[in-house]
Amino acid sequence: MALKLADYKTEVHNDWCPGCGDFGIVNALQMALAEMGIERDKATIFSGIGCSGKTSHFINTYGVHTLHGRVLTFAQGGKLANPEMTVVAVGGDGDGLGIGAGHFVAAGRRNIDMTYIIFDNGVYGLTKGQASPTLKLGEKTKSLPSPNTNYAVNPIGLAVASGFTFVARGYSYDVRHLKDLIIKAVRHKGLSFLDVLQPCPTYNDINTRDWYAGVDLAQESMERHSRIYKLEDSHFDPMVRYDDETEVNEKLSQALIKSLEWGSKIPIGVFYQNEIISQYSTRLTDKIPNYLENPPSKQKISENGLPTTDVSEILDSLRV
Amino acid sequence: MASIDFTWLIGGPQGSGVDSGANVFSKVCAEMGYQIFGKREFYSNIKGEHSYFAVRVSDEEIRSNVNDVTLMASFDAETIFRHFNEIPKGCGIIYDSDLDKTTTDEVHTLDNYFKERLHKELESKNKPFTIAGVLEIAKEKGVHLYPVSFRELLSTLAEKTENPKLKGMVRLFNVLAVSLSLGLIKMPLDPLLQSINSIFSKKPQIAEINKQAADFAYDYAKSKFGSFQYALTGNAKRPDTILVQGHFGTSIGKMVSGCRFQSYYPITPASDESVYLESHELLEIQNDRPGSTLVIQTEDEISAMGMMIGAALTGTRSSTSTSGPGFALMTEALGWAGINEVPIVITLYQRSGPSTGLPTRHGQDDLLFAVHAGHGDFPKIVYASGDIEESFYDTGRCFNYADVYQIPVIHMMDKFLSSSVVTCKKFDPQKISIDRGMLLDKVEGEYKRFAFTDDGISPRSRLGLDNGVFWNTGDESDEFGHITEDPQVRIKMMDKRMSRLDLITKKIPDDEQVVSFGIYDFTIISWGSTKGPILDAISMLKKEGINIGFIQIKLIHPFPSDYVKSILKDAKTIIDIEANHSGQLGKIFKQNISREIDYFVLKYTGRGMTSTEIYDSLKKIIENKANKREVLSHGA
Repeated sequence: MALKLADYKTEVHNDWCPGCGDFGIVNALQMALAEMGIERDKATIFSGIGCSGKTSHFINTYGVHTLHGRVLTFAQGGKLANPEMTVVAVGGDGDGLGIGAGHFVAAGRRNIDMTYIIFDNGVYGLTKGQASPTLKLGEKTKSLPSPNTNYAVNPIGLAVASGFTFVARGYSYDVRHLKDLIIKAVRHKGLSFLDVLQPCPTYNDINTRDWYAGVDLAQESMERHSRIYKLEDSHFDPMVRYDDETEVNEKLSQALIKSLEWGSKIPIGVFYQNEIISQYSTRLTDKIPNYLENPPSKQKISENGLPTTDVSEILDSLRV
Repeated sequence: MASIDFTWLIGGPQGSGVDSGANVFSKVCAEMGYQIFGKREFYSNIKGEHSYFAVRVSDEEIRSNVNDVTLMASFDAETIFRHFNEIPKGCGIIYDSDLDKTTTDEVHTLDNYFKERLHKELESKNKPFTIAGVLEIAKEKGVHLYPVSFRELLSTLAEKTENPKLKGMVRLFNVLAVSLSLGLIKMPLDPLLQSINSIFSKKPQIAEINKQAADFAYDYAKSKFGSFQYALTGNAKRPDTILVQGHFGTSIGKMVSGCRFQSYYPITPASDESVYLESHELLEIQNDRPGSTLVIQTEDEISAMGMMIGAALTGTRSSTSTSGPGFALMTEALGWAGINEVPIVITLYQRSGPSTGLPTRHGQDDLLFAVHAGHGDFPKIVYASGDIEESFYDTGRCFNYADVYQIPVIHMMDKFLSSSVVTCKKFDPQKISIDRGMLLDKVEGEYKRFAFTDDGISPRSRLGLDNGVFWNTGDESDEFGHITEDPQVRIKMMDKRMSRLDLITKKIPDDEQVVSFGIYDFTIISWGSTKGPILDAISMLKKEGINIGFIQIKLIHPFPSDYVKSILKDAKTIIDIEANHSGQLGKIFKQNISREIDYFVLKYTGRGMTSTEIYDSLKKIIENKANKREVLSHGA
């Protein structure tokens, strides 16, 4: 029987604040899973810590709510041991780009076939609104005692520089577009990254839903228009088309330049995609030829309680 | 007394082939039927600092080093300066006669602390601060000196073989030192040549040069060196003997136990194990397609821990291998594995702390840390191996404990074990059993990962299993694994998890928890790698008619209090022997069975204990001449 959207929802009470941008992301994720028809027991949502960390409890697939900053490590371990499984890791911007930034970079270098979604709202919500790594320098959201003293990290730029092979940005109030992006990200062969702009209605009083909608710009220009625009509507081609250094460098540079656009116009959509770079599993099968057919989680290790691994060759070489 | 008890020491700058020299020597002796116990000491340095390898050879079983060196083979000055005092009367030193005039100041790697002590000794004996000076002291003591110019040996060899390149090949010094030694002790030449062949099997040209050098030096020693009272001419071979390096027990143990995922971050002395696993990543499986161990080098130890847990959640037997500083980084995730009941094995190769401490030296400093690692109350097992052979079988046990009790297991190893080379009985894989506990192959009906059960252990699904969907969280959770802060569920969940500690001491067989080597008035308690030197010291005393008891505690957490208490009831004096400063097992012992330790024998120089040292301190204790706390210090 085909699975319906409702099958991907749990009965766990959702305690996010009313109006939280996270709702859009969890809805988009459930819609994407349903549209792709991924069986509930063939997908695992790994999550970090904070409001976004609760996501895995709201989705009716395997769900692993991990530690602050470490979600990618758990997710990669799971995917490597059971490569048949669809793996989506989610977490906040503080989680992934602050405490977890080292893992973010290392994951990019591996390019394991999975998806990482950052819920990007510029603040640490669950600890009452401290500045997160994506809050701009000098901005003062409402619970900061003084303006932010740190330069903001550029998630798209960092992902591109680290080796992620699919890099995109979504907006949590454009759920359909976000759902489509998630499907593209999951179907991408390699590590995909989605930076999702997600207003925190309680602690971020700067990058609000109205701000993204351009309400303040309307007051100045008397003409209301959203800050958000879609890259696909502007003839932006993110795809690396052929295996050539100039082509790769061009696509990387244009993604980086595009990622710097912020203010009155904010692009969403796919910034960069490269399926020419080998996936990690390909690098593994180069040395372990049957890795995908017989991955760690599928291997038979015993029979009637006795080990079946034959180490006699090793032991014979040690014999004196 | 064993009729043969011979210790050979080779030293030299790091990177000069001391290790391969010692490996050749050990292999030759083992091939000739002798038992071997060898240990490597080295600085935290790539090239240049002093390293040495002491290989003890006997016709009886040996498990430790002793203080005295029977024959020292040195091709540099530093080895002589640092070790000349370890060679007693009647024993020998082979040395490079070109070094006679070398002064202590010319050896830049001799640190001032050591130099000051040496100068004081030389001054008091009225000797110059040179190699000739220290060798005079040795000679006056009755040590036999065997001078030979290593450069001249090479020149002559170059002429003889018409290969002028050999003349300056200092890389051959190690082979010369080994071959001179084997010639002097009248060991047959063949096993030496075979051993070189096997070490350089992929580089036949280099093997050829080494064999020429070996042959030549061997003959030189036989014909030119004077007599030496020690000879090793061969012994009856014991069946099923293997020669192993320290990390082979746990690494081969992991292969056999079905560990198929190991994530790690490089750290001394643990990473040898992971590198070995990766170099043997393809596995032969009986009646099945080939298997493999996936070894992943991560960006840090936090990631190693996270990846291991992620892999373990898929039902894969998973582990990591680390040392103190790395384990410190793993502790947050250890608690996560604890609250989520994830079976994992952490092989903890301890070294000397705190902090970076003595990074390439031995220590048993992390017992209390392992027992208390992680915040909050959660069950775990801390299990300690006493030697390399044991560590093979213990690895199998650790994976079973992890699976059966669904908890993290910390397998305590250390640098003493990892840098040993020993002969032991061939590992028997059929003596390892595999018990995956309540791991499910299929799920029917509603599934609750943390279902309340009579014994606190719930059937375990795995990521990707049909109908087995569950949730994990580091928060407190309900039976499904969803977050809860309900006070009543909290009590039930905490009780469920913690009840496992009693179950473990009840279910694990006594002889897996504690090994008793006899109980007498004086009885030693200890754990881990002190086992070898303790057993050797006890048999030295036994030969004098003195009986000392010893229990080796393997299961350290949860502590088998009742069992330990009952087996020690007839022991009047308890002696705690450990390689740390505070007597960490002693603290655990006192806390759990409310009994005082009478004597502590401790060592924290970073060098392993010798049986001689333990023998000496036990003697003092028996004769009532010991301090409550005896601190050992042998070793350069």
